[in-house]
Amino acid sequence: MKIVCRCEDITEEDIIRAIEEYGCTTLAELKQILRLGMGHCQGRTCLPIAAKILARKTGKSMEEIMPSFRPPVVSIEVGVIAKKVKK
Amino acid sequence: MKERAEVVVIGGGINGSAIAYELAKRGKEVVVVERKWLAYGATGRCGAGIRQQWSTKENALLAKKSVEIFEKLEEELGHEIGLRQGGYLIAIHDEEDMKQAKKNVEMQRSIGLPVRIIGEDEIKEIAPILDPKGMEAIAATFCPTDGHANPFKTTYAYAMAAQKMGAEFYKFTEVQDIKVEDGKVKKVITDKGEIETKWVVNAAGAWSSKISKMVGLEIPNKPVRKEAMVTEPVKRTFDCMVISFKHGIYFSQQDEGQILGGIPSPEEKVGYYTQPTFSFLRHMAYTLGKYAPPLKHVRILRQWTGFYDVTPDALPILGETDIEGFIQCNGFSGHGFMIAPMTAKLLAQLICGEKLDMDIERLNMSRFEGEIVEEKSVVG
Repeated sequence: MKIVCRCEDITEEDIIRAIEEYGCTTLAELKQILRLGMGHCQGRTCLPIAAKILARKTGKSMEEIMPSFRPPVVSIEVGVIAKKVKK
Repeated sequence: MKERAEVVVIGGGINGSAIAYELAKRGKEVVVVERKWLAYGATGRCGAGIRQQWSTKENALLAKKSVEIFEKLEEELGHEIGLRQGGYLIAIHDEEDMKQAKKNVEMQRSIGLPVRIIGEDEIKEIAPILDPKGMEAIAATFCPTDGHANPFKTTYAYAMAAQKMGAEFYKFTEVQDIKVEDGKVKKVITDKGEIETKWVVNAAGAWSSKISKMVGLEIPNKPVRKEAMVTEPVKRTFDCMVISFKHGIYFSQQDEGQILGGIPSPEEKVGYYTQPTFSFLRHMAYTLGKYAPPLKHVRILRQWTGFYDVTPDALPILGETDIEGFIQCNGFSGHGFMIAPMTAKLLAQLICGEKLDMDIERLNMSRFEGEIVEEKSVVG
């Protein structure tokens, strides 16, 4: 068993199974099905590895597979950025 | 790709997938055409809430019937959907709010919903994390059978079940045109091929008005960028979704422990804008901290945007049109997920010529020719 996503505890086997069962061809679909990359590190560790597995299984290039990242870049406490916005 | 099918559904979100299932179950040959992947649009970006507390009877009934379906859906589809019924708590801020709430509750109770008005003490009992003062709430309405489900799992549950019964899903396939002959739908033209058909279901969410134009029909839907955010997972703290029509905020704790929520963005715009804004994040963080002070110390993991497909009365457009065989299933204005199970069933009944479980004439696009009654209970 090889752990790919440490935050959400997802293995290489989980990823391969999702690709085969659901016919996933994108990281976005793996994310929807497995919560891959939705944890603390926001996929900064696991997505490149998952992308390689996906590239191997689908024959797509890494360039086609790698995603954009959603802000914020690092997690931040709610109270730290709280600001009242005037309407 | 098939060269012909009885029904072509445009859009692989929750509604398109659910309609495909309901049609396949009735023995119809159905294909779904999706420009990206399943749940790419509003479904996969939504707040996941399932609310029955609406101000219009149409929405309340659609939601109530949908909850009845949601409750048995895992069994029916053979796939988990992550349903949890922790209730919806809707803040009442002042006397005017209270008047509208009493009116809503009366209508909701008349159709059998277990809604009630609760005081500040009970707000604290149901969700001790809430601060009624910070919420500026004098009371709330609460419906314990409201809740949430996982939009991804629910969409896949419908899509997988539909495929088992013969439905085909074409992902990464874009509809380019729809051919109409003698006032009837004839053919759907995609970038991967053409499909001859008698029925087209327009379930394209924020892109529905573009699809509609292909058959020469104008619908008043507008895409509005909406924003949401999610925090790190924390210990289970509260079970209900908390919302306010005045502040526009909604938030809940999801199964994995994360707090997910949204609020109207200070830079809200109509149009196909997808850029998340920092002002949304600050405004959301500020309001969340007011509503539930302990959450100030929870870390935000990410924010994203999606579209509400908004109609002038915030009610969906469902049913037949002047083009024979062209069915509208759009304009959900931010609550397409929660009413999808019943919507799908009704439209499948319509296409199959069965008697409908509920009258949807009021939701036909022809209503915009007359005076409209607006749905007031909208958040996000």
